[in-house]
Amino acid sequence: MGRDEVAAALEARRISKSFGGTRALERVGIVVERGELHGLVGANGSGKSTLVRVLAGYHAPAPGGSLTVAGRAVDLPLPPGRPRELGLRFVHQDLGLIPSLSAVENLRLDELAAARRRWISWSRERARARASFARFGVEIDPRAPVEQLTPVERALLAIVRAAEDAPTVLVLDEPTAYLPGPERRRVHALLREIAGRGAGVLLVSHDLNEVRELTDRVTVLREGRNAGTLDAGAAEPRELAELMVGVGFESRPRSPARGRDTVSIVGLTGETVRDLSLKVRRGEVLGLTGLTGSGFDEPPYLLFGARRARGGNLATSEGEHDLTEMTPLRAIEAGIALLPADRARDGAVGSLGVGDNVVLPVLDRYRRALGLDRGRLVRDAAALLRDHGVSPDEPGAAFEALSGGNQQKALVAKWLQTAPSLLLLDEPLRGVDVGARRQLVERIRGLAALGAAVLCASADGEQLDELCDRVLVLEDGKVVGEEWSPSA
Amino acid sequence: MVAQRLALPVAWIGVIVLFGALEPDTFLTSANFETIFGSQAVLVVVTLGLLFPLTAGDYDLSVASTLTLASMVVALLNAQHGWPVGAAIAVALAAAAVVGLVNGALVAVLDVESLVVTLGTGTFVSGVVLWTSDSATIGGVSDSLVNPVIVWELFGIPLAFFYGLVLCAAVWLVFEYAPLGRRLLFVGRGREVARLSGVRVRRVRFGALVASAVFAGVAGVLYAGTLGGADPSSGLDFLLPAYAAAFLGATAIVPGRFNPWGTIVAVYFLVTGVTGLQLVGVESFVQQLFYGGALIVAVVLSRLAREFTRGEPAGG
Repeated sequence: MGRDEVAAALEARRISKSFGGTRALERVGIVVERGELHGLVGANGSGKSTLVRVLAGYHAPAPGGSLTVAGRAVDLPLPPGRPRELGLRFVHQDLGLIPSLSAVENLRLDELAAARRRWISWSRERARARASFARFGVEIDPRAPVEQLTPVERALLAIVRAAEDAPTVLVLDEPTAYLPGPERRRVHALLREIAGRGAGVLLVSHDLNEVRELTDRVTVLREGRNAGTLDAGAAEPRELAELMVGVGFESRPRSPARGRDTVSIVGLTGETVRDLSLKVRRGEVLGLTGLTGSGFDEPPYLLFGARRARGGNLATSEGEHDLTEMTPLRAIEAGIALLPADRARDGAVGSLGVGDNVVLPVLDRYRRALGLDRGRLVRDAAALLRDHGVSPDEPGAAFEALSGGNQQKALVAKWLQTAPSLLLLDEPLRGVDVGARRQLVERIRGLAALGAAVLCASADGEQLDELCDRVLVLEDGKVVGEEWSPSA
Repeated sequence: MVAQRLALPVAWIGVIVLFGALEPDTFLTSANFETIFGSQAVLVVVTLGLLFPLTAGDYDLSVASTLTLASMVVALLNAQHGWPVGAAIAVALAAAAVVGLVNGALVAVLDVESLVVTLGTGTFVSGVVLWTSDSATIGGVSDSLVNPVIVWELFGIPLAFFYGLVLCAAVWLVFEYAPLGRRLLFVGRGREVARLSGVRVRRVRFGALVASAVFAGVAGVLYAGTLGGADPSSGLDFLLPAYAAAFLGATAIVPGRFNPWGTIVAVYFLVTGVTGLQLVGVESFVQQLFYGGALIVAVVLSRLAREFTRGEPAGG
């Protein structure tokens, strides 16, 4: 492939795309230089993913756009296989790894799937894998099954796989979304290494700090249009956030309202958490954090009965509960609500309507002598969605058609209508854009201000800073620190 | 969307027009339509029952055996032992319910794969039927069952057809207008979501399997009434048409979901096709070709229907 050494690695101009009547991209342009780390940020629904999917050949853009890769003009839309020939490589958020296979098998997945060779020499493949890992400064045992790798090792493996054969452009869609702060640095180091070898790296991210720290320039999309391209080092986080949402906004004033009444947890024991005791005051948002495997994200599920606790008691002003006997149904009856981290698996059924998803826990309210009062159900659901700023506020829309931020708003609405006195959260702001994030924080703090106790597990310091009054740090299932200030 | 909802009903009309043109003298007769409508109530009822576990995400492969068991219990008790029809029916339905309870206990409580469990219980029940009947066909079921099933007619169609319609309306009410219907749907599509929203998932799955067994029992009673007796094997042939109708029905009326009206349309579409082909002179093996082919086409279509209703996700 003849490459012009001076031309940009990737130059896309006037890319437009509509879904039905909705414009997802409107004459968007982006230029990624060779050796550049380029950030792509924007709120949910701003068109980031659509742009990536156009580059990957999943979506055909509207006529009128142009694409140049390493100085060569390329016809749009890209047929399957073409992005790969052009030297474009993608790492999607789910990483595309098969957990039950080994690292080396995953690394060679494409080659094995294509079956160009008749026989495989595993010893040679392992040696090649080791050489690749060494070249990129990554330490992974090629024989280890992917399910036994840590989350950061999985991310590194997926990135090495994409970058191994010196691509022209490497596009990453939120590769660090599920990683705690310190472990992200290993991914960052790898990305710098790849850019240093001459590839253009395009990083899609929600995390403005990450983008500022890591990338050279950043392109901001808003409502499917270019909102600006800035020098990442010089950009203020506030400036970026304003470009993303289009308005200036103030940080939240911290509500000092706190009751003396408490929810107390005694002797909570689960998979990792051991004999954990803590108190959450009514009106308070208490954060739990730690590294992966420390057990910080376990208490919400144990308290709700989503996973069976091995021991522990929960006492609220309304009564005491033996947590080994807890079930989700009992928890809901006791005024407890859980917002799980994995929306797709635990939060909602994507193929069903937003309204149906939202009313599920309160379905019995609509029971009539003969069947359901569906008219009232749909009216209430629509009012609830409007009230929580979910867009579209159409109860009949499929849940999966909503953007991440709107999905989370709908799920907060689902649980706040049960008026919980104890709200349990796991990564409530993950995959949520700046605008929705502010609204969610307001809702959650608002519930606390009304006298609920809120417990929030998160590995993201910024989230905790935004949401919590107090944060406990867990290590190996035990609390090792309190009042830890994540921003310090 | 409308086109998709109505594709199957239109196909049904198309089949009628086609065979009407080919065999106007035999196909387009009221006697033929009376046969088509009257003879398939058994298939309608057993398929309606299947919708419960299918919606809740479980398979029930034991329905045809349960149907055969119920018909054999009716024949044995009524014809051989001289029990009154009412008592024989009660015992038949109770026997069917026991199969459902066993399925429910194994699948919902012990959480064993439903496909394998019901394959096992179905085969076991078939064995019980052969054993108790001595592998023989038993005739002579009393007219007080035969008459209200296929002899007495309304608008020239045997009453059995209307029993199927009534049950269909009842299932539709439950699916569309009862909290239970929503719960079934959520349990089938997202078991964790349902559990974490306070739905008693085990109870719903258990109930769905008991419901399908009891419906199979009702179908068995109708079958005994239709035949005026019972034989230990012909009822087993309902398994494949029932699945074909359920999956084909999921492509119509409410595309992407198992639904009772779609099921009814699917049953009569399939039966009309088979009847027409037989009238044209194709041999009886066409039934297997048609049902087997329809099942495969139906699952492919319902998969496509789900993709279609999902559409392309919005950007973000």
